[in-house]
Amino acid sequence: MNKLTRMIVVLTVIGLISGGILAGVYQWSLPKIKANQVRATDEAVFKVVPGVKSYRSIEHDDLTYFKCFDKNGKWVGTAILCQGNGYQGEIKLMVGVNADFTRFTGMTILEQVETPGLGAKIAEKSFEDQFRGLAARPPIEYVKGVAPEKPHQIQAITGATISSRAVVNIINKTVEEWLKAK
Amino acid sequence: MAEGKVKRNLVFEFTKGLWGENPVFRQLLGMCPTLAVTTSSVNGFSMGMATSFVLICSSTIISLIRKLIPNQVRIASYIVVIATFVTMADLFLKGNFPDISKALGPFVPLIVVNCIILGRAEAYASKHTPLQALVDALGMGVGFTLALTVLGTIREILGSGTLFGVLNFEPWVVMILPGGAFITLGLLIGLLNFIKERTGKPASAPACPID
Repeated sequence: MNKLTRMIVVLTVIGLISGGILAGVYQWSLPKIKANQVRATDEAVFKVVPGVKSYRSIEHDDLTYFKCFDKNGKWVGTAILCQGNGYQGEIKLMVGVNADFTRFTGMTILEQVETPGLGAKIAEKSFEDQFRGLAARPPIEYVKGVAPEKPHQIQAITGATISSRAVVNIINKTVEEWLKAK
Repeated sequence: MAEGKVKRNLVFEFTKGLWGENPVFRQLLGMCPTLAVTTSSVNGFSMGMATSFVLICSSTIISLIRKLIPNQVRIASYIVVIATFVTMADLFLKGNFPDISKALGPFVPLIVVNCIILGRAEAYASKHTPLQALVDALGMGVGFTLALTVLGTIREILGSGTLFGVLNFEPWVVMILPGGAFITLGLLIGLLNFIKERTGKPASAPACPID
């Protein structure tokens, strides 16, 4: 066997074996990966819409939202998947609104890469909890340094105004899109 | 007699990765994951384990097939073998440890280009028997994991003020940021060099034997 054929044969065989092994491993892990994604969505939906027993996911262009039903099949609210730019990278979050769209029922940050210790506080309970019971209309506003006075206001995190503003803007923008789409 | 020598050699092949030729502290290889993912001890440890898995498997396989691979395409062959194990590790983490997989992000797929792995394949595994390659990879892997776990633990204690939830002080945020990685690594290397100078141990054999 001359050099050239040998090179081709060896590389081809290695490639084929690798491909075969990887196909097997992929098949084995795919259901687990899918199950993890479903579980992550479940957790987020159940967290932002209280009393939900089942949900139906709806995709509309770029928008994904989840219509939530209680145990009697009554529509109790909607969880909306929102994403947009934060201070350092993309923020992905889930926000819940009640069925007649008067109040937000919760918010949870799914992914963020904000500055640890500052912007990353948007994922802490104390910030997320501000969105529970917040008036849905007019759009959310944020205040700095003082306690919120109006029902549609939240307090920005000290030292992380940009991240706080990003969360508010992402929610407001996505909710508008959802209102148009639904 | 001959057997005794082989055994002692294997012990040396293992321990050199831990101290004398530690990939992070002595060879300064694999700096990218070392600096980027060691924000907590769990992250450092997981990254170390993933890299060790790839290193051990690929070194052994490469050593097994070293005589079949033509010299001209050896790097391409090594990379295919390494990439196979990296993809396996990535899928395994995604399926079984989704939180860790998320925390490590793109650094798991990037193990493919980690210079420790290709370095050991080219400098060691391609010239030694599978058993020697396995022991060498094991030592390097454990050394890498130890180094990353130490870095992660220090940065976690200082930067987040958390370790087993017993510490309570104002966290030093810079330690979690990239700057903290450089500071910690620099000080640790300095400390190890200091210890090495004090103990006056003779320099061990180079990590890339020329033969």
